[in-house]
Amino acid sequence: MRNAARQTLRGWGFTAPALLWTLAFFIVPFLVMGAMSLATLDGRTLVWGIRFDNYAELAGKAYLWRAVVISVEITLTVTIVSVLLAYPLAWIIAFRVPQRWQRLALLLAILPFWTSYVVRSYAWLLVLAREGVVNQTLMGLGITSEPITIANTRFATVTGFVHFFVMLLTLTIYANLIQLSPNYRRAAMDLGANAFQTFVHVVLPLTLPGIITGAFLTFVLCIGDYVTPQILGGNTELTVPQVIMVQLGRRADFPLAAALAIVLMGIVTLAYLACARWLRLDRL
Amino acid sequence: MTRLAPWLYFAAAYCFIYLPVGALVLFSFQEGGLPVPPFKGPSLKWYAQVLGDDDLMDALLNSVVVAIGSGAGAVGLGFLAAYGLARHTLPGSVVLRGLLIAPLTVSYLIVGLGLLIVINRLGLGLSLWTAGIGHVVINLPLCFAIIYASMGAQQQNAERAARDLGAGEAQVVLLVTAPMLMPAILAAFFLSVTLSWDEFIIAFLLTRFDVTLPVEIWSLLRSGLSPALNAIGSFVFLISVMIVLALELLVFGRRRA
Repeated sequence: MRNAARQTLRGWGFTAPALLWTLAFFIVPFLVMGAMSLATLDGRTLVWGIRFDNYAELAGKAYLWRAVVISVEITLTVTIVSVLLAYPLAWIIAFRVPQRWQRLALLLAILPFWTSYVVRSYAWLLVLAREGVVNQTLMGLGITSEPITIANTRFATVTGFVHFFVMLLTLTIYANLIQLSPNYRRAAMDLGANAFQTFVHVVLPLTLPGIITGAFLTFVLCIGDYVTPQILGGNTELTVPQVIMVQLGRRADFPLAAALAIVLMGIVTLAYLACARWLRLDRL
Repeated sequence: MTRLAPWLYFAAAYCFIYLPVGALVLFSFQEGGLPVPPFKGPSLKWYAQVLGDDDLMDALLNSVVVAIGSGAGAVGLGFLAAYGLARHTLPGSVVLRGLLIAPLTVSYLIVGLGLLIVINRLGLGLSLWTAGIGHVVINLPLCFAIIYASMGAQQQNAERAARDLGAGEAQVVLLVTAPMLMPAILAAFFLSVTLSWDEFIIAFLLTRFDVTLPVEIWSLLRSGLSPALNAIGSFVFLISVMIVLALELLVFGRRRA
């Protein structure tokens, strides 16, 4: 009995440093941020309290509310487009590329994933800018006579995001597809299903949890990102992370920034609840 | 046509994936002052300029220090916690695991914002240390999950044998468990280092005078397109690819063999 107690104590000893770290530098800051979102600014001095002024401001001021709408719109577009583009690519790598080349094909498909995060958006700026690769090519081919505006639009933000998440999703969907026993597909074919029916009735339902998990991850990473919309979207349409950074910088309005962060978490929680029944986060 | 369609899609997808990286690397060798077509060169002058830039090189060194330091911290804490939770029955261990994983579910921006608010309230200064603390927070859950998942019965038997032969707890952990889990530990370490090396928003919020490389690049971005940015971007890409290849060869290559 005493031995068991000593064992438990030892277990705590090993686990305590990581727990304390997470408590001190994640849980406590998070709670303070929550409290901050209920505080208010009187001029430049902070007044603690339990008031919902910041949330009321969010609902009342058009530009704040618009940021929420824009963030959700961009994130949903990115998530759907990325899944639709990544699925066929993962499919081709899993079922058309010969086995021994698959690992290489996959490695190549996600290599640009390792471009520095800030640099990746800048690289898209090179491609999409007024004098950039796309405009010069279009004009060189005589398709357009003047440069068209692509950078500093929502399209540019979405393109930058989709590029990143297509790589991520190709990896996760591929992992799902190859786990699928070929017997399922053979059985469906033997029973008279054509390729399309096999896909819709057998492969797609079996890979749905993997797709939803990847889509959820995309949603979470996309909606919280500041860099891509800031570099590629410019200041035409602000997303929630951009508005948070404006509050922190120019206005030093920490309570409003904290409230916006809480709203951001609320949206992620809603997304989680919407796809909770399919999520396999433990299998990532 | 239907036979060809998948390969056309395959080629188009890889073009899309490599378009920005290609433009980045190609125009880092640009002779002129703008990294846009037409391409003139090749010239290495932008690399010379970037490698001779003290601010950039200081930031690069800072990034290396923060990445390795926070990576080591996250792996150390994660390994101990994984050992504690896998080998000892603790009350509420599901809750404890959930708590350790929790930072994964929150945007980096929110992790950074929370820490910034607390540091401001306490009146502490921002430095590479605060950025490093933030990086340990985001990497600890990954390290813990990776190492915890690879703790199996096989190691447990070896640990028991070591204990029967008279090894103390510290000897068991350091001489038996850690070496047996080395692939997972290395994978967790390299992953942490790459993520920290590349991380922007936490480092941006939590550093002031000494900054990491992504933050320094960010401040250069304000002056618009420049082949110097292409050069430093390509250089960073090369380093990241080398880390990934090292990981692939050292850790996963060995496991397959």
